[in-house]
Amino acid sequence: MTYAIRAEGLVRRFGATTALAGVDLAVPTGTVFGLLGPNGAGKTTAVRVLATLLAADEGHATVGGYDVRRDAHRVRQLIGLTGQYASVDENLTGTENLLLIGRLLGMSRGDARSRARQLLADFQLTDAAERAAKTYSGGMRRRLDLAASLVGRPQVLFLDEPTTGLDPRSRNELWDIVRNLVADGVTVLLTTQYLEEADQLAGEIAVVDHGRVIAQGTPEELKARTGGQVLAVRPIDPADLPTVLAITGEVTGAAPEVAQSTVAVPVNDPAVLPAVVRRLDAAEIAVAELALRSASLDEVFLSLTGHRAEQDAPTDADLERILV
Amino acid sequence: MSSATLAAPLAPARRPSLAAGLRHTFTLAWRSLVQIKHNPMELLDLSIQPVMFVLLFTYVFGTAIAGSPGDYLTFALPGIIVQNAFFATMTTGFGLNNDLTKGVFDRLQSLPVARWAPLAGRIVADTVKQAWSVALLLGVGMLLGFRVGTGFAGLLAAFALLLVFSLAASWISVLVGVLVSEPDKVQIFGFMVIFPLTFTSNAFVPTDKMPSWLQRWVEINPATILADALRGLLVSGPVAGPVARSLIWAAVLLAVFAPLAVRALRRRA
Repeated sequence: MTYAIRAEGLVRRFGATTALAGVDLAVPTGTVFGLLGPNGAGKTTAVRVLATLLAADEGHATVGGYDVRRDAHRVRQLIGLTGQYASVDENLTGTENLLLIGRLLGMSRGDARSRARQLLADFQLTDAAERAAKTYSGGMRRRLDLAASLVGRPQVLFLDEPTTGLDPRSRNELWDIVRNLVADGVTVLLTTQYLEEADQLAGEIAVVDHGRVIAQGTPEELKARTGGQVLAVRPIDPADLPTVLAITGEVTGAAPEVAQSTVAVPVNDPAVLPAVVRRLDAAEIAVAELALRSASLDEVFLSLTGHRAEQDAPTDADLERILV
Repeated sequence: MSSATLAAPLAPARRPSLAAGLRHTFTLAWRSLVQIKHNPMELLDLSIQPVMFVLLFTYVFGTAIAGSPGDYLTFALPGIIVQNAFFATMTTGFGLNNDLTKGVFDRLQSLPVARWAPLAGRIVADTVKQAWSVALLLGVGMLLGFRVGTGFAGLLAAFALLLVFSLAASWISVLVGVLVSEPDKVQIFGFMVIFPLTFTSNAFVPTDKMPSWLQRWVEINPATILADALRGLLVSGPVAGPVARSLIWAAVLLAVFAPLAVRALRRRA
């Protein structure tokens, strides 16, 4: 198997904060690899190191077989980068943005123009092609961002939280685009805070927390390890919470948690649902809500790390900004 | 898109050539200039502000300071050009900070583009903008009665000196643009520093009309020296001394701020 991306022991510190604490990655060519983790986990820092924007303090990495430090210029000829912090120029039109990149990549004026036209059509931006990007909607901006990273037909594409802040429809459109790229043989490294997104797109997922990969596997493997689903029970009378806690804990064999008058417990076997219902009925507990839902990132984290994902932690970019 | 992976070069170049770097620079300069099309405010900034300064200074202060608007214009237009040049250098830092905060800089750095091209492209574009507003200032000044007393060679030399000095001074702006957290702060810095700097020079008021404790600073103020050089090159008076001292100032600014700015940029990016 050939690897489009390999990283060994990447360490990167910002002052006293360690953003990457020894990250190893191996992404097979032609696959989608998901880096899943909360804000501040080190995902963006990892992408910035791999995309040659940031030097690692320790460890090394190759992209397309080239070292990201020594052969940065070669790596840049193989990659595309789209993300929160790699953006288009708002004061240029869609066409001008893509022309700019085509020209910077050494295309002739004519080639750059026809490539821009083709990408704008592929991404349903033809009607907006001559408008400044600052007038675009969030979904259009992301599509233009993605188009901009594809001008040079990259072999390896970095997508840093490509759907954060997008509505569900735009998100689905973006997912379809990524699937098509992979069908064409592009290797994609995707960072996301959403388990569902990693699940939808990635063949393999690495869960990142505090700058380390704490779990890795296919989405199915991870879900099996982390329970995969969560049973939520909310009694009408909050006084019943201790009984509900005891029943769910006993039936599932896991440790339930209470939040907002709801008991939540990881579930591996959907067969526990009827058992819980019978026990609640026998205990004459009236229930306002009883649901089996997919584990959220939070629960994956809880189960893998014993602590919740800290959603309000500073992002990597914030850390870098604080330091300057 | 099925040819996606086949189109990439088999043996990509190790480094961008100098020719490629220059091409990147001009492409990026084009990008900065074409932005004006979608941001007409910028053109107003580049045009209305200088013209307004010429009109206000000439007719509000002219008689009080020099006896008549015409005499004052001859004295003050070189000073106004200097002040405008200082303000124009702020565009570089403003644009750079915008690129850094909006993520455009990261996108450019992820491309196989010469590392120095994004900055060089910006400076080339800002030099063009600078030339435009100087031409506008001279044009309006001439309509109001300013006369170039030295001839075409003097005019060209004045342009060249301004561009060299601005190029050096824009490194201050680059440093500020890298250090501050948002573009507006570059402008605030500009106002806080450039207003006092240019007003405590002889750009608008002759040195001998200022308090004596201030005069010592006025005499070494780079804005004074550059304004004197422009007076010599455009109107009359000594040329060699002020021009040499302007170039020394430019060299000092370059030597101090270019390394600081490049280092700050490396740390931030």
